[in-house]
Amino acid sequence: MKAAKYILGALWAVAFVLGLIGIYQRLTNGHMLAGYGSYVVWGLWVAAYAYFVGLSAGSFLFAALANVLNLQELKPLTRPALWTSFVSIAVAMIGVVLDLGHMGRSFSLFFRPNLSSMMAWMGILYAVFGLLLVAMAWFMYKQNEGMVKALFMVGIPLAIAFPGGGGALFATLSAKPFWHTPLTPVFFVVGAFVSGFALIAALAAVLWPKRTEMMRLLGRLVTVLIAVELVLEWAEYSIPLWYGVSPERDLLMQVLAGQYWWVFWIIHIALGCVVPIALIWWRPKSAATVGTAGFLAAATFLAVRLNIVIPGQVTPELQGLENAFRDSRLTFAYAPTTHEWLVMAFLVSVAFGLLWLGFRLLPLIDSKEVQPNERAA
Amino acid sequence: MAGTQIPPLPAGADQPDVDLLLRMSSDLRRALAKPLSERRWVMVIDLRKCVGCHACTVSCIAENKLPPGVVYRPVIEEEVGTYPHLSKTFMPRPCMQCDNPPCVPVCPVEATYKRPDGIVEVDYDACIGCRYCIAACPYNARSFDFGEFYTSDTPGGVQAYEKAPTFEYGKKRVRDHEESPIGNARKCHFCVHKLEEGMLPACTSTCIGRATFFGDANDPQSLVHELLGKPNLRTLKPEAGTKPRVYYLI
Repeated sequence: MKAAKYILGALWAVAFVLGLIGIYQRLTNGHMLAGYGSYVVWGLWVAAYAYFVGLSAGSFLFAALANVLNLQELKPLTRPALWTSFVSIAVAMIGVVLDLGHMGRSFSLFFRPNLSSMMAWMGILYAVFGLLLVAMAWFMYKQNEGMVKALFMVGIPLAIAFPGGGGALFATLSAKPFWHTPLTPVFFVVGAFVSGFALIAALAAVLWPKRTEMMRLLGRLVTVLIAVELVLEWAEYSIPLWYGVSPERDLLMQVLAGQYWWVFWIIHIALGCVVPIALIWWRPKSAATVGTAGFLAAATFLAVRLNIVIPGQVTPELQGLENAFRDSRLTFAYAPTTHEWLVMAFLVSVAFGLLWLGFRLLPLIDSKEVQPNERAA
Repeated sequence: MAGTQIPPLPAGADQPDVDLLLRMSSDLRRALAKPLSERRWVMVIDLRKCVGCHACTVSCIAENKLPPGVVYRPVIEEEVGTYPHLSKTFMPRPCMQCDNPPCVPVCPVEATYKRPDGIVEVDYDACIGCRYCIAACPYNARSFDFGEFYTSDTPGGVQAYEKAPTFEYGKKRVRDHEESPIGNARKCHFCVHKLEEGMLPACTSTCIGRATFFGDANDPQSLVHELLGKPNLRTLKPEAGTKPRVYYLI
């Protein structure tokens, strides 16, 4: 157990140092080392932002539903889930600010917002949500349960609105047919539930490995949510592809059978859906299987975000445009560069680091919730 | 800059049979005498006359000192048919300066907006570089300035001409050290800095085939007003609902 901790610590340190290199590159070279361009304008970092926003909303909704519906088995996870939500939204904001051309101007979103822009609304919603989490922490500290419950009630629509709005940020662009469907925001909300709940299942397996009923319930929730996600995906792909004749056909086939087919089939479908469901079915009460399933489903969800953000941009708005003026920034091909992955390593390591610090320094585990035979991690 | 005397055109420049560049220059002077909101700048491109020389693309790059990855007016070439029955078509694609521009409402900080004369402007000092407007354009007419230079890896480093000032939107700027327009969305603006000095856009005055026409559609005497009445007039992607101000004669 001790050896495993050292290995995890070493891995974290390596990721963090690599991440710092990425941040240094970003601060000294601007966007020059990134692989996106003027046609594929959003890359890995925007996908990461959407991913972390989903984790944040999902873990908040977990805590909120456990409390509002009074699910005793899941209630001990309230504070860990809220801290996860806070860390995720903070990391999402770091990711999206690093993506800006002028990071120093990011606050002008609050000083001169354009209220017709989904992006302006998202900035406002994230800020309100961040304040709500801070307020919740304050009222929890003051043991004001009435206010905590009230904030949960306010938080539920907010935590549905901001991943949904994040989806709408993409969906409202009529220039991008892949994004421009009413299903996109719904997909983002369901994605938030899947990834957030799965992450909390993984966390629960570490914190309370012996609570078999908690594991069973978490396993069921994750299974149902993955199933809903798959139904939505079936709708998303089968409808435009059914008769084989549609404007979206080539684009969807690129996701399913193009150069990056493995991102969809192996990372998302196999590792993110089939393996987790199989693990949960195999041993529904085991912390090892439910935790691994949750971790896999949550971690691989980045592939789903990438498969929305990138394919939406890889078809020319005008045929022949990429040959009209040859330049590495004026192409419809995109793959994240090493620099982009280094910055991603920074985001992930900061997320894990903050999570760990939270468990070390904050009263995230209510001592009343720890049975004599349990030991909090 | 503003307030400078615009030298007079040669006598007879407003006659219908004069060279088209002179006629358009004369149209331009008349428009400048009107208030900004009464001008309606439009561009008409005759695809039958375009020879695919790319002079407009290059002159635009030279005028606006565009860096790698930024292009305001590419010319899309298409080859039709198979040998021996082949033909080529050329389609210059500036910003459409749409009357219903998808790029404007998406900007989170109102850094891009429609001017009273119809040109869609970018306020480089306000743009945060989120690139939402680039994603929103159905014509891919916006580019992001990554801060690159064509000559950065040549002996002697970046050449002086790449750091010559630009005068886009009437403001002198030098691209350097992540200063705007580096990190901003950039686009064609009909060379508004030239227009206000009584000069035609760079693409229009450079077009060797006299295939690009520019002027004030509110002026019934103008060349563009005449061309807007042609039956073979088209806009790009009318189904997008953007109401472009760039028209094509096919």
